[in-house]
Amino acid sequence: MRFIFLIILLSTSSLAQQSSGDSYMRGQMLYVDFCVRCHLPDGTGETGLIPPLANADFLQDIQATVQSIKYGTHGPITVNGVIYNNTMAPMGLENDEIADVTNYILNSWGNTADVIVTEAYVRGIKETK
Amino acid sequence: MKLGFFVSLKIMMTRYFSYFFLLQVLFACGQPDVTISTPDHKSYTIEVIVPDLEIPWGMAFLPDNSLLITEKEGQLIHFQNGQKITIQNVPNTYVRGQGGLMGIAIHPNYKDNNTIYFTQSTSAHSDESGGNTALYRAVLKDNTLQNVSLLYKAKPNTKKGVHFGSRIVFDNDGYLYFTIGDRGNRDVNPQDLTRDGGKVYRLTDNGKIPTDNPFVDVSNAKTAIYSYGHRNPQGMAKHPVTGEIWTHEHGPRGGDEINIIQAGKNYGWPKITYGKNYTGTVITKNKALPGLEQPLYYWIPSIAPSGMAFVHNSAYADWNGSLVVGSLKFNYLERLTFENNRVVYREKIANEIGRVRDVVLGPNGFLYLAVENKGICKIVPNP
Repeated sequence: MRFIFLIILLSTSSLAQQSSGDSYMRGQMLYVDFCVRCHLPDGTGETGLIPPLANADFLQDIQATVQSIKYGTHGPITVNGVIYNNTMAPMGLENDEIADVTNYILNSWGNTADVIVTEAYVRGIKETK
Repeated sequence: MKLGFFVSLKIMMTRYFSYFFLLQVLFACGQPDVTISTPDHKSYTIEVIVPDLEIPWGMAFLPDNSLLITEKEGQLIHFQNGQKITIQNVPNTYVRGQGGLMGIAIHPNYKDNNTIYFTQSTSAHSDESGGNTALYRAVLKDNTLQNVSLLYKAKPNTKKGVHFGSRIVFDNDGYLYFTIGDRGNRDVNPQDLTRDGGKVYRLTDNGKIPTDNPFVDVSNAKTAIYSYGHRNPQGMAKHPVTGEIWTHEHGPRGGDEINIIQAGKNYGWPKITYGKNYTGTVITKNKALPGLEQPLYYWIPSIAPSGMAFVHNSAYADWNGSLVVGSLKFNYLERLTFENNRVVYREKIANEIGRVRDVVLGPNGFLYLAVENKGICKIVPNP
């Protein structure tokens, strides 16, 4: 039973990657323009200064991930057990661009996600203060 | 392996003096290693004088010692008598990536004309989507901008989010210098005089092209250009003694530079650089080429320099004659001292204070730092 569930999960995952391929490619270009200076090409960031994206537990919360790209981060966040007390300014990306770059981040450097973030989903994410 | 290399090198050098000479020429573009110091005794205290700012990008003092501050998001703030006042009638800002409301300067004769200058990214004045850096002039009256005029707008608009430059400085002859970065189009913009981006520009105070600008006779050139081959200059200051215009600029991965700006000179980006791509791959193997200016200093690794000021007639006796530069990456203010235009000493001030976006020497001789997510901080010498 568990085995079957796993197969379904894996197949949806690869399906998701396939149909989000265009979004992923657009997201990669946005990543190079807006994110790479700090988070680096391999998504490793810099311990204590810039949180990693590669294999980051923070990304399991997709709502928080989109929120931080859309509105920036202010104050301390914890990623993989390390506290980062810094500010990331919102980049001024459109909702469709935020969806693309999120899909790229969620499926790069060993990260995998079985959902596709859409423009409509990003539009629905509100700022919490 | 490495040791063997040096041993054979040494033999070679002793045997063949000419080889030694050749090596010297090869490494002429290098610079002595000046490791940064972090003094453990502090001769100063840091006071937050303007709290609660997000990205204070630029600062300019008015003659009454009140302070103008740009917030990257688009607000121009007047800090006066302990109050933050939002200045009205600022044109719309195109906030994207590194772009927003950025540079600010006052006219050398502000006392008589109340004129200020600012740079911001804007999508206006063009039908294309995206934005680019623009320079504005306005009169400040009753905390409202009047007679706002656009003096320069870089073209074309682009949705790229990087390298807007944007510092503004006046020289001793009253000319205005401002910077625009390569706008993420490094292989096209910085080396092409017919295109904006990757340049230091020079205008008169009313936005006219000075008749002796270096490229006024070059066909199709953007004649406001004063120097070119820059990547993203976000620090600029007038030397208090020589009157020269100094800049620094962000390199890629490594290769941030300090340069002294001279008319018509090509500072080399991206034909020469001490940096690499963010992926670690090579941009060019050339660090020096004929006809291209060498930096006065370069940083490896990059400190992400922002803001620049000379310490002169200051409240800090030991620091006079040095240059200070904000570090966005490593969260400190860097102080550098020079002998014959070579850096001989570097130290961290206000270590771990946060991302230092700008630094100015106030009219009272104190240094003020604009720190992201913190505010404006004053460095007060301890008695």
